[in-house]
Order: sequence, then C-alpha cells, then structure tokens
Amino acid sequence: MDLFKIIDDIAQVDPEVYDRFNPRRAVFRNFLGFGKKVSAAAIPLAVSTLFTKAYGQTATLPQVVIDTLNLALQLEYLEYYYYDTALNSPGLLTPEQTAAFTIIRNDEKLHISTLRGVLLTAAIADPTRAGYDYTTSQNKTRSPLMPAFATLGGTTSPTTGMFTDNATFLLVGQNFVDTGVRAYKGGAANLITQKDILEAALNIHSVEARHSSRIRSFRRGGIQGATAPKSWITPDETPGALLPNNGVAGAPAMVSPYAAGADATKYPAENNTTQAGLALTTSGIASSTAGAEAFDEPLDAATVKAIAKNFAANPTALFN
Amino acid sequence: MSSFPPSHPVAPETDAPTLLAPVARRSFLRYSSAGLALGGLYLAGCSKDDTTGPSGSGLIDVGTGDTGILNYAYALEQLEAAFYTQVVAGAYYTGTASAAEKAIFSDLKDHEIIHREFFKAAIATGRITDALMPDFSGIDFAQRTTAAGSAKMGVLNAAMAFEDLGVAAYNGAGRFISNVDYLTLAGKIVSVEARHAAVIRELMTTNTFVASDVVDTTTTGLEKSKRPQVVLATANNFLMAGSKLSANNFA
Repeated sequence: MDLFKIIDDIAQVDPEVYDRFNPRRAVFRNFLGFGKKVSAAAIPLAVSTLFTKAYGQTATLPQVVIDTLNLALQLEYLEYYYYDTALNSPGLLTPEQTAAFTIIRNDEKLHISTLRGVLLTAAIADPTRAGYDYTTSQNKTRSPLMPAFATLGGTTSPTTGMFTDNATFLLVGQNFVDTGVRAYKGGAANLITQKDILEAALNIHSVEARHSSRIRSFRRGGIQGATAPKSWITPDETPGALLPNNGVAGAPAMVSPYAAGADATKYPAENNTTQAGLALTTSGIASSTAGAEAFDEPLDAATVKAIAKNFAANPTALFN
Repeated sequence: MSSFPPSHPVAPETDAPTLLAPVARRSFLRYSSAGLALGGLYLAGCSKDDTTGPSGSGLIDVGTGDTGILNYAYALEQLEAAFYTQVVAGAYYTGTASAAEKAIFSDLKDHEIIHREFFKAAIATGRITDALMPDFSGIDFAQRTTAAGSAKMGVLNAAMAFEDLGVAAYNGAGRFISNVDYLTLAGKIVSVEARHAAVIRELMTTNTFVASDVVDTTTTGLEKSKRPQVVLATANNFLMAGSKLSANNFA
C-alpha cells in the first residue's frame, strides 16, 4: 500500500488533506499511540482509523458533546446577530466601536463555522436574526424586562429592528459575552474525552474573554477610563439584574450572568473567593475583591439556557 | 503518547510557522506527518520506560500527570507574579503611568500573586520549587513601551508577551488534564488571563484585543494555543540558569 499515493489522490479532490493530517489536530498523535500496539497485518485498519479521525467524527461523538457544542453554537448565533444588528444600526456606534465590533462579529462568525465543522449534521439550524428578540419581549408576548431593552429592536418588529441606545447595547453585549465565557467554562468538563474538541473550545473561550475585556473598556469610557466596570468581573457585579428562568428544569428560579448557577457549590456566583476549598482571602496577600476578580466562574447548561431564553423570539424554540 | 522522545525533530506545535514558509507547506506536511505516522510503527518496539527526558540538562522538569500540569501553571504564575511585583516598584509605574494604567497593573499584580499562592497551596505533593529565579534583564521597567533602538522590552511589551503566552499555555495544557475539577480550575484562571491580555494590548494599540498574532482571525476564530514545550522555550528566556523548565512528558 502506498500511503503517499493515497494521500496525493485525496489531495486532488480535497486540497485541505494535508492540513487535516496536521499533527496539531492530534491525528498522528493518536495514530502513534495506536501504532505501538499494532502489527504490520493491522496497518490497513490503522490507516482507516487515521482517515476517520481526520474527516469528522460526528457518528462517534457522545451526545453530551453534541449538546454542549450545540448550546455553544446557539450562544454564538445570539451574539453574532446581536453585533451584526448593531453594526447595521446607523449612528449607534463610534468609529472605534465599529472597528472593535467588526472584529468581534468576525470572530463569532468563525466560531459558528468552526462549531458547525465539528458537529456537521448534528448542528442545529441557523436560527437567523428572526430567532432572537433582544428587547426581551419574546416577540411581543411580554413587556421588555427593563424599559431600556426596548431600544434593542423595533417596536413593531422586535426581531428585525435596529438598535438605538449605545449604553444599553454595550451593557447587554457585556452580559452576553460574560455568559458565553461562563458557558464554555462550564461546558469544558463535558469535552474532556475529546481532546481536540476540548482544545478548540478552550481556544474559543479565551477569545470570548478578550471580547468581554474590550466591551468593558468601552463601558468605562475607553481604555484609559478609570471608572467601573473593570475589564475583569468584580464582586460588586453580583448578583446583577435577575431574570426569569423561562421554566428551564434544573435552573434557579431567577438567573443572571453573574449569579450562582444550579448547584451553587459547583457553579458559584462571580464574587466567589474560595477555590478548591482554599479561601483566597486568608493568605495575607488577597483582598476579597482581588480574590474574586482573579478567578472567573463556570455556569451550568440549565442556567445558561434559562438566561438565554429571555433573548429568544420564541423561548420554546431555542436553548433547549 | 507522552513517550514521544523529546529529541524528535517534529514538534507538535511550533509557533514559528514563518520558518517553514520557504518550504511548500503541503510537501513539508506530507513528509513530516506521513513520516511520523509510519514512525509510529517503529515505536512498537519501545518499552514504556522510555518516557524519561534527558537528564543532566539543568532544567527543572514539571513532572507527570495532573501534578505536572499544575506545576507548569504554578511556574508560569510565579513568573508573572514576580514580573508585576517588579513593575509596580519600577520607574514607569511610579512615574509616568496614567491613573488607569496604575489601577490595571496593581490589579494584575494582585491577581497573579493570588494565582501563585493558590497553586502553592493546591499542589500538596510533588510541587516544584517555590523560588524560581526570574531573569528580567531584558526588560526596562522605566519604559512604558520598548524605546526606539533599545534592546530591552518596555513594560507593556513584556506584559503583553507574558499574558498572551499565559493564555496560549493554559489552552494548550487543557488536553493533558485528567481531573475535571482541575480542568475547570484552569478555565477559571485562563479567562482572567485573557481579560488581562486584551487590556494590555489595548493600552498599546487600539483594537488589537484580538489580532492575528494570537488568534486565527481568518479561518477558525480560535486562540493559537501552544504546547508546554513551545511555551517553555519562551518562558525560559525570563528565567535564570538553574530555574529554567522542561515539560518532557507533555508533547
């Protein structure tokens, strides 16, 4: 068997074949480990394993992995359409903000494509802009949860309208991105058996945290602003504005991006200062403020869904 | 997998792709990757005992398993804490730093010290030394950014290097962690490091919080994570002889 010839043949129809075999995707790493145990007679099987690993693996993805990534995907769409609407709302953003949110929207678009590339046919359908109602009116079936949220969409058509208030846009954007950071952090444990997918998710997680840092600096009037909020989450931000849970089973009755999730020990509020049983306030160097700031907290899937459903046009259609 | 001999010529993640640029990337991969695959068969004869790295190298190895990864994180946090401790005592901080910059660096120092002390307390057994000796001779603590013509890095440039490296390091280490609680803990820290990185980058140049040197902004939107051995090659530039590190079991 001429492995080089086979790979070259594939390259005729799939120019990306060499990238698929890139060692950073750990295909060869896995293959190496496998190779140790196989005899020459088993080489064809080993090669077939190699190609399976290079070309998608949805058929073998555990359901918990699919669920975790699909929740992440819905959050990415939530954010993508949010920033996209803002960028298409004339007069909403300063030029510096337009540049920043263009970068952020581009990242979310790529995250969507990366997640879809892993999930393949298991991915949810694109909810489109119409799937989301950022005024929190759930497509005019209730009043916006806060009066200011009415500026995040049209009155007659909350699922298509433009945004009109800069401060509200930044505030809700920060809440979205901080929820996303907590969701990826909470979801990482579900991916521990799928090392390449785990690493990709971690590599999205940190990009979301970079976004949060940037949005927070806009909210304090620029990077040289010395007021709140800081670029990291401070304990006085908890619990934040509490939102209804939309009947999500297992979520707390009221939820917020900064409050505790379901199982407050595992998913504490962002003012938590105890890590792995160690109190960060007693080491002599830490204040409760710095101790809380130095660690972000994960959030469970149920609580994330409960928060996000408030921004769905139809809360039964998304974040299930 | 951890038996990958450290001397193997193909590192899994190099952060110097430009070095490969003159060679057609695809043909390089064809021979390196495919060769690597076949190489796997030769390893069939190796025993499991071949895992130990070269001895007598003068490097402190972080060890194996989850303790090894925790030690790796502890070492990086020691380095960052030492750096910011020196920043807030330096002429830039005490002199020309703006109010916002002072507040930011003060917080960063506190956060990194807390991270360091956390790992010191959390790694009950098998912990590496608590007294890694940093070498910051390449940093000018009086300069906000690298001065024109200077061989030394400015404070912001060095901070950016440390923070971006820290994010890439935690992201690249996640796959080696077995215990889900440790994985979550690493996640709790890395997002704070990413917040730091973005702030420092914004202080240097507007809207560089995400840029192509640290994130793949064209195809995946993913942070460019780095494997421990790649990270340590950079980190060791800021450590004295005798305090330099290796991570032979994490390739």
